[in-house]
Amino acid sequence: MNQPASAYFLEERHDPNETHTLSVLVQNEPGVLARVIGLFSGRGYNIDSLTVSETESQKHLSRITIVTTGTPMVIQQIKHQLDRMIPVYRVVDMTLTGQALERELAMVKVRGTGDNRVEALRLADAFRARVIDATTESFVFEITGNSSKINQFIDLMRPLGLVEVSRTGVAAITRGPEGM
Amino acid sequence: MTDKSHDPNQMTGAAMIVRALIDHGVEHLFGYPGGAVLPIYDEIFQQSEVEHILVRHEQGAGHAAEGYARSTGKPGVVLVTSGPGATNMVTPLTDALMDSIPLVCITGQVPTHLIGNDAFQECDTVGITRPCTKHNWLVRSVDDLAKVLHEAFYVATTGRPGPVVVDVPKDVQFATGTYHPPNKSDVHVSYTPRVKGDENQIRKAVAMLAHAKRPVIYTGGGVINSGPEASTLLRKLVEATGFPITSTLMGLGAYPASGPNWLGMLGMHGTYEANMAMHDCDVMLCVGARFDDRITGRTDAFSPGSKKIHIDIDPSSINKNIRVDIPIIGDAGNVLGDLLHMFTAEARKPDIKPWWQQIAQWRARNSLSYRKNNDIILPQYAIQRLFELTRGKDTYITTEVGQHQMWAAQFYGFEEPHRWMTSGGLGTMGYGLPAAVGVQVAHPDSLVIDIAGDASVQMTIQEMSTAVQYELPIKIFILNNQYMGMVRQWQQLLHGNRLSHSYTEALPDFVKLAEAYGCVGLQALKPADLDGAIKEMISIKRPVLFDCRVAALENCFPMIPSGKAHNEMLLPEEATDAATASAFAGGKALV
Repeated sequence: MNQPASAYFLEERHDPNETHTLSVLVQNEPGVLARVIGLFSGRGYNIDSLTVSETESQKHLSRITIVTTGTPMVIQQIKHQLDRMIPVYRVVDMTLTGQALERELAMVKVRGTGDNRVEALRLADAFRARVIDATTESFVFEITGNSSKINQFIDLMRPLGLVEVSRTGVAAITRGPEGM
Repeated sequence: MTDKSHDPNQMTGAAMIVRALIDHGVEHLFGYPGGAVLPIYDEIFQQSEVEHILVRHEQGAGHAAEGYARSTGKPGVVLVTSGPGATNMVTPLTDALMDSIPLVCITGQVPTHLIGNDAFQECDTVGITRPCTKHNWLVRSVDDLAKVLHEAFYVATTGRPGPVVVDVPKDVQFATGTYHPPNKSDVHVSYTPRVKGDENQIRKAVAMLAHAKRPVIYTGGGVINSGPEASTLLRKLVEATGFPITSTLMGLGAYPASGPNWLGMLGMHGTYEANMAMHDCDVMLCVGARFDDRITGRTDAFSPGSKKIHIDIDPSSINKNIRVDIPIIGDAGNVLGDLLHMFTAEARKPDIKPWWQQIAQWRARNSLSYRKNNDIILPQYAIQRLFELTRGKDTYITTEVGQHQMWAAQFYGFEEPHRWMTSGGLGTMGYGLPAAVGVQVAHPDSLVIDIAGDASVQMTIQEMSTAVQYELPIKIFILNNQYMGMVRQWQQLLHGNRLSHSYTEALPDFVKLAEAYGCVGLQALKPADLDGAIKEMISIKRPVLFDCRVAALENCFPMIPSGKAHNEMLLPEEATDAATASAFAGGKALV
């Protein structure tokens, strides 16, 4: 094995990457989000999407949904590293539950007149996107769905005068009667 | 309005801090005063239950507390001021996090109304220390202070131990509130470390151990952290199974170095027999160690034919670097107890005679050998003499970081846990001297020796003044080769012997330096002087700085070169220029 002079063992790892959605139930206290994000940046993990909001205000509980990419060993590490943080109650790998619902909301601003404007409206209807703002030369569409559906809608809007997009990131929940 | 003036639990935040220390059994704390902690220092002045040790630099307080904690099993406590006081603690906090040492660090902070205003000696202490603590808190109200302090002690000392920081603004120290003694509701309900191992997993492990042909036990700092009982159980398990045992740097002393099953330390500078046993074993029992990169070498060639059992209190240690077959989450001592009980009840000692014969062959290679020299003191010889002349005494050893640290680990035999304090994970030069101060505070009548290097020791040498002030008779045994030895070794082996800035051209006269501080300075120049000087050092009941002049260019062997596996070690007798060159082939320059 050839490697440059180094005090460390330099190795390439070839395990394929996987994308997982994690739901993390945390105590809503100052700095808790910084701890979670700091863990990801400090240990070199990826954050593809991050959503956080208080979900049970009496108990001061927040739910963080993180979409991350890594090898199976890295994904397992991320879950363990999150779980050992003091204010973290539970970490659930929604991807492993196999039947989680994942939704994202996007607001999509499109500018145009004439045929493009009609076409944008027609496609929005097909995607069940709502018009939440309109001027004579623009629309803002609100669309909800999984990330790939939103990506597809945005791609379709691009040639029709896409101006900008604001997305919430993924929120996830399991099917069936049980909570996390 | 009720009259609260007679309620003994009504007190200022500063008084609460001292009261909480007393309630948690703290006898000593290490610190350095400053503007943002003056109310706490005022409280310390007015009591006598907690003794404060004044250091010369906050980093020294941190390492002293680490040494104190590591040698007693109790948390080390530190008190420093805001801003630079807190930032100077970052190194010891990180060190304690890497080596799982329980520390409770209380930092002063500027008053709450000034936080965020770039006030004098303000820094974002919780932000800076978030990645180098197990947990930290900024206390914004005196009403939260007692709860946070109790939780801090609980978090630091339970589960996988680690450092915590409680940042207390000055107005919170002045404010009056109600103190309450420690109770269970002080702790986050989300924090529930697991202590007891899963019985089914332990049963599987016992079955695997009972059928092993080439087993090895590999232990780490987790066994030490678990307490003396864990080491006792480990010794019983080794006896019950008859298995060979090796340990990481952090785990030395859990099993006695004089024990018949001891293979020596493993890893980059471990013994040949320990590393070969790890490589060729069929069952590996890892207890409280974390498959660190200094241990594994190339992970894809690490112990390729073995089934691995891993006992660890921290689930994130499992499958982090090496995939294991039977993970057992729990406290090392607790799991070892269950494992031993089940093994003696249900299994028999497997016959592993051929394996021991193989190990005997590896041992015969005598991988720690070095050539004798009558003119110059060899560092290995110096440690061996130090070991022989302190054998049987009540001795604690600390080290700095570098070649001398590895030689100490190789040549000083540890018989008991909690006797060996070294910076393993972070590798902090300057750890050993203040750590020795902390150890000596905890064990005033014991012999405490910092095995040091001439470069490392200068990073925190000002703590000699602390030792003098508190009449702590620590011994600083410097292997003085005038180089940053480990840096020089790597430069020689991997960077064409271009010794870039690893030679210290202007070393102080250590003997005069010792005298300037009010310590005793000793020196040994020749092997013939060594024993007498060491005996003199031991007999002096004052702090001693021992300048042991050793061979300048000695290398630390055996060694696993970068990118190599355990069975590709470079042994001392093979370390000719040609062999070294070929072992490091692929390096951009050769010796």
